[in-house]
Amino acid sequence: MAEIILNNITKEYDNGFQAVKNINLEIKDNEFVILVGPSGCGKSTTLRMIAGLEDISDGDLFLDGKRINDVPPQERDIAMVFQNYALYPHMTVYQNIAYSLKIKKVPKDEIDRRVRETAASLGLTELLDRKPGQLSGGQKQRVAMGRAIIRHPKAFLMDEPLSNLDAKLRGQMRVEIADLYQRLNTTFIYVTHDQTEAMTLGTKIVVMKDGEIQQIDNPTNLFNYPVNKFVAGFIGTPTMNFFDAECVEEDGKLCLKTLDGKIELTPEKEQKLKEDGWTGRKVTAGIRPEHLEFCTEEQAAFKGEISVFELLGSNAIIYAQCADGRVVMNTNDTVSREHGETVFMKPREEKLHIFDPETERIITN
Amino acid sequence: MAAKTKYKRRYDSLPTVLLFVLPALIPLIVFWIYPILRSIWLSFTNWDFISPTYKIIGFKNYLSLFKNPRFFEALWHTVVFTAGTLLPTIVFGLILALLLVKNFRGSGILKFILFSPWITPTVAISIVWSWIYKTDGGIANTILTSLGMSPLKWIASSDTAMLSVIIVTIWKSLGYSMIFYLSALEKVPGELYEAGALDGAYSWRQFVDITLPSISPTTFFLTIITTVNSLQAYDQIQVLTQGGPAGSTRTLLYMYYQLGFQEFNMGQATAVAVIMILLTAGLSLIQFKASEKWVHY
Repeated sequence: MAEIILNNITKEYDNGFQAVKNINLEIKDNEFVILVGPSGCGKSTTLRMIAGLEDISDGDLFLDGKRINDVPPQERDIAMVFQNYALYPHMTVYQNIAYSLKIKKVPKDEIDRRVRETAASLGLTELLDRKPGQLSGGQKQRVAMGRAIIRHPKAFLMDEPLSNLDAKLRGQMRVEIADLYQRLNTTFIYVTHDQTEAMTLGTKIVVMKDGEIQQIDNPTNLFNYPVNKFVAGFIGTPTMNFFDAECVEEDGKLCLKTLDGKIELTPEKEQKLKEDGWTGRKVTAGIRPEHLEFCTEEQAAFKGEISVFELLGSNAIIYAQCADGRVVMNTNDTVSREHGETVFMKPREEKLHIFDPETERIITN
Repeated sequence: MAAKTKYKRRYDSLPTVLLFVLPALIPLIVFWIYPILRSIWLSFTNWDFISPTYKIIGFKNYLSLFKNPRFFEALWHTVVFTAGTLLPTIVFGLILALLLVKNFRGSGILKFILFSPWITPTVAISIVWSWIYKTDGGIANTILTSLGMSPLKWIASSDTAMLSVIIVTIWKSLGYSMIFYLSALEKVPGELYEAGALDGAYSWRQFVDITLPSISPTTFFLTIITTVNSLQAYDQIQVLTQGGPAGSTRTLLYMYYQLGFQEFNMGQATAVAVIMILLTAGLSLIQFKASEKWVHY
C-alpha cells in the first residue's frame, strides 16, 4: 500500500545523456500503473529510480509523502521482479522466497509458514527443494513473484517480467499477474514494451518516448483519444494507418481529400478544424484498421489491390496497396479474398483522428 | 548376430581410436604411469641409487619411516606449509580481486604487476627474496626497523624460516588466485546484487550470501591447485633454506630429495613419495567430498 509521486524527475548519465527528462507522475495507492514505450524510452530507468537502483539526477521522489531520493533500496520496502528473474542460483526455491525474511530476522517458524503459504498460492509447493537451474521459465517467474509477495511490500515493481517467456505462457502469466493484483490489492508498477500487456493489465498507462511521458490515461482513452501521432501509432495492433490529407471545403462542408478520394467529417471534427484554421491546409489523418469498412467505388477514400490477406478465424487482416501507401484493414468479413483483388475502403468518420503534421499533436479525435 | 556385429564394429574402430589416443598416451605412460609404478616398486626395495642390484625388503622402508621422528617432523612441516600458504593465498587473492574488479586508472598495470610473480621462475624469485631476508641490510629488516620493530633472523633462524618460505610462496601465488577471482567476480550477474539490495541485504550480506556462493567453484579450484602446489614446493626451499635451519623447513618433498639424492637411500625416498601421492589423493578426495556442501555450480 503506497502512494508514489515523481516530481520533475530527471536521469542524466555522466556522458550527458538524459534517459529520463523531467517527468511527473502520481501513482495512487493500490493502482496498477504500466510504463510502456519502445526500447530506450526510459521506462526501465524510471522504474529503477523508484526502486533505488539508479540515482536520481534531479527532481523529487515521494513514497507515502516522504522524500526517498536518498533512501537506499534496502529501506524502501519495495519489491521488484526482474526481466531475467534474478533468482539466487545457489539457493533452493524455498531459500529464494525466504531470503528477505531471513535478513529481517523473522522467526524461523513464521518464515516457514509464510514460504509455504506463498508457494501454495503460486503452485510452487512441489518445487520448494529445487534450485533455479532445474526450473522452467514460467516456474522461475513464479518464484520471482513469490520472493516479491512474501514480504508484503508497499509496492511491486515489475521490469518486463514476461518478455523471456513463450507466447502461450506469457498469456497465462498475464492472467496470473492480474489475479495476483486483485488478491494483493497493492500498488503495482509494471514496465513493458508490449502494448497488449499494457492494455490488458493496467488501470493507468503511462506511454513514454525518448525519456518523456507522452500520455497518461486508462486503456480505453489511450486507444480512442491519443494525444499525438506517436501514442496513436504505438497503441493498437495492427497499428493505425496514417496518411496525408487536405482539408477542403466543398459545398460549404469541410472534408478531407486523399489521393484516392475524400472523407466526410463529423460536425464536431469539422467545427474543430474550421475553428483552428485548418481549411485549405494539409493534415495527417489516422484511422485504426478495425475502423475501416468496405464501400462502393464512389464512397471510397482508399482504392487498392490486396497484397496480403490474413485470415485469423473470427476476423481477417487485409493489406492493400493504395495511392496513399499501404493501408491495413481489420474486418469481421472473413470471406476469402485473392491477392491482387481490388478493394474500396472508407473510414468510419467518428473514429478518424486528425493530427498536426508538424507537431504531430492531435487536432481532433 | 547383432552382438557379433557390435563386437566387430568395436574392433574395426580400434586402429582409429589408437591413432588419436596414442600420441597423448605414450608420453603419459613413459613419463608418468611407468615412473609411478616403478617408484612404488622401488619403495619395497633397498636400492641405493647407484648399485645395479637391490633386494626386496617388503614394508621395511615404510616401517622405518613410521619409526623415524624426522618423517613426522617433515609431515608436520608439510601440513604447516600447506595450511600457511593455502588460506592467505585464497583470502588475499580474493581481497585483491575485490579491490581491482572495478576498473580505474592504472588498474590494468597494477593487475599485471601483481600477476608477474606467477610467471617469474620460482628460483629467480627465491634468490631475490634471499637478499630481502638478509639479516644485515636486507629490505625486510630495514622496513621492520624503520617501523620501530626489532629485526628478525628470517631464513637464518629455525623460528622464522618456515614463515619466510611461506611468505615467498604466498607472494608468488597471490596474483594467480587474484586473476581467477577477478574473472569469477566479473561473471556474477549484477542483477543478483540488485535483487539482494531490494530484499534488504547490505554489502556484507550481499558478499556472504551472493558473492561467496557465486565464486565458490573458483575457490574450490584454487584450494585444490594451491594444496597440490604446496605439497610440491621445492624450488623456494632449495634456494632459501635447503630444508634448514635444523630441518625446520624440511617438508616431505624435501625429505624425499634428501633421502634419495643426498643420502642415497632411494628405497626409503620412494616410500616417502608414495606416501605423498596417497596424501595428495586423500586430501583431494576430502576436498571433493566437502565441496558438495559448499560449491555451487
